[in-house]
Amino acid sequence: MTWHARSIAELANALERRELSSVELTRHFLERIGALNGALNALITVTAERALAEAAVADRRRAAGERGPLLGIPLIHKDIFCTDGVRTSCGSRMLDNFVAPYDATVVARLKAAGAVMLGKANMDEFAMGSSNETSFYGPVHNPWDLDKVPGGSSGGSAAAVAARLAPFSTGTDTGGSIRQPAALSGITGIKPTYGRVSRYGMIAFASSLDQAGVFARSAADAAIALGAIAGFDPRDSTSVDVPVPDYAATLDGPLAGLRIGLVKEFSEALEPRNGALIAAALDVFRSLGAKTTTVSLPSLPLSVPTYYVVAPAECSSNLSRFDGVRFGYRCTDPKDLRDLYERSRGEGFGAEVKRRIMTGTYVLSAGYFDAYYLKAQKVRQLIAGEFGAAFQQVDLLIGPTTPTPAFGIGAKIDDPVTMYLNDIYTIGANLAGLPAISAPCGFVEGLPMGVQLIGPPFSEGRLLNAVHRYQLATDWHDRAAPGYA
Amino acid sequence: MSLTSRDVEKIAHLARLGITDQEKPVYASSLSKIVEFVDQLARAETDGVTPMAHPLEGLTQRLRADEVSEGDDHEKFQRNAAAVQAGLYLVPKVIE
Repeated sequence: MTWHARSIAELANALERRELSSVELTRHFLERIGALNGALNALITVTAERALAEAAVADRRRAAGERGPLLGIPLIHKDIFCTDGVRTSCGSRMLDNFVAPYDATVVARLKAAGAVMLGKANMDEFAMGSSNETSFYGPVHNPWDLDKVPGGSSGGSAAAVAARLAPFSTGTDTGGSIRQPAALSGITGIKPTYGRVSRYGMIAFASSLDQAGVFARSAADAAIALGAIAGFDPRDSTSVDVPVPDYAATLDGPLAGLRIGLVKEFSEALEPRNGALIAAALDVFRSLGAKTTTVSLPSLPLSVPTYYVVAPAECSSNLSRFDGVRFGYRCTDPKDLRDLYERSRGEGFGAEVKRRIMTGTYVLSAGYFDAYYLKAQKVRQLIAGEFGAAFQQVDLLIGPTTPTPAFGIGAKIDDPVTMYLNDIYTIGANLAGLPAISAPCGFVEGLPMGVQLIGPPFSEGRLLNAVHRYQLATDWHDRAAPGYA
Repeated sequence: MSLTSRDVEKIAHLARLGITDQEKPVYASSLSKIVEFVDQLARAETDGVTPMAHPLEGLTQRLRADEVSEGDDHEKFQRNAAAVQAGLYLVPKVIE
């Protein structure tokens, strides 16, 4: 089997047995990126020289007797994570010239674990989008069909792992931006509990919703990657000081007696072929000993409108830092300070980012605050409460990740509300701060689909365990996009 | 509720976003659709519900000792600025 088709554990074993070096492995992936990224546009920046230097360091560390599941394993970071000395664009013209002066905690932790950064992944501008079409650097193409989107906002991270340009990648999920592209690209993606992974050095979109996570081909690989980035960080005031369990150690646990609830509101009006895939996944979980039932969360259908008040409100505040003064794009020849602000922001931000800033400004403005922002925060409380009540009855919730498979590039970009409805199944977990995972569960029209599991706070180990057992019983996650095997 | 180009102008000004006259009706149309979409929140029964600002509500915000924890990196940070002089950020003249 070729190196790019191996699991992280297999690669670590091969490195340990000196079957190949990290430098050789890194070179292999860099060659794949060189050959395949042109058609995919999954990476904004390739850091080849730096990757080979980091790989050489990893090889020396291993030669000196150090062990580690990620020592010498290559990865790709979403371009939302600050990387010291490397351009960090966030998919925006605004930061096209921004060289981060420090590492995000996620980046620093993976570096300390010996993982080798191959480059920075394309993404929707400031993570605002569900198709990776809002990027200043152009759309990412789905490896399963180059005319289709890979999902977003972490579209480059998902396409890169699906095309086997790296064994794993990092992403962020504010309303589904890990799970939705994982589903549409046929891979596994986990969004941890809010506060589980540090947001330090992760460019903020909506601070009460943003959370970092990982993409990999399997839950077993995702468990290793998540274990490396999770944990308390004093530099993030919302980081939670809860010990990180050994996710890899609990992967194999039996599912006998696990109570899984099918979310009624998710299964209503589900497209029949999508519904059949979810029913088949439920059958697999039942065959593994899980008990399934149906659970109702009546306020959940309001999660998309709730999100499209809360997230733009927070974005309008967070993105006020981009003013053309201290970093980022500055317009030419500003005639006064107001002109400097307005033109730098007007020219530096793309259309969707401007639309969200204006939506947020509107819902926070005098006269509308109570009707929109305060109301949305109350509905958010209702939704979170219903999730809490559901987890009194079941251990995990299940449903689809997306309403449809990957859609065509250009098909939805002109209609924001239609685009927003892509995230109808994923947003609830963000509003309630819950961990959730998407895993491949079959195909519709030859394109991959995902099944989503949502758990109570800090149940990442349980989610990874459930998906790992599912993946031992199925082979959807092993299917490679044609031409990328 | 429907937003006009005039509303968009006002919002863009509050957000210090320069938008062109051609863009105004386009944003008026898409923002109207978004506002119409989020208007369905009005039907939720939320009397007596405490607004949720954050998923970690109930956890107290950590405090740290009031000690210097970061070094002076201003030269490194200012390499990203468009215009700097003597360690200061330059902007167009504010006071005539």
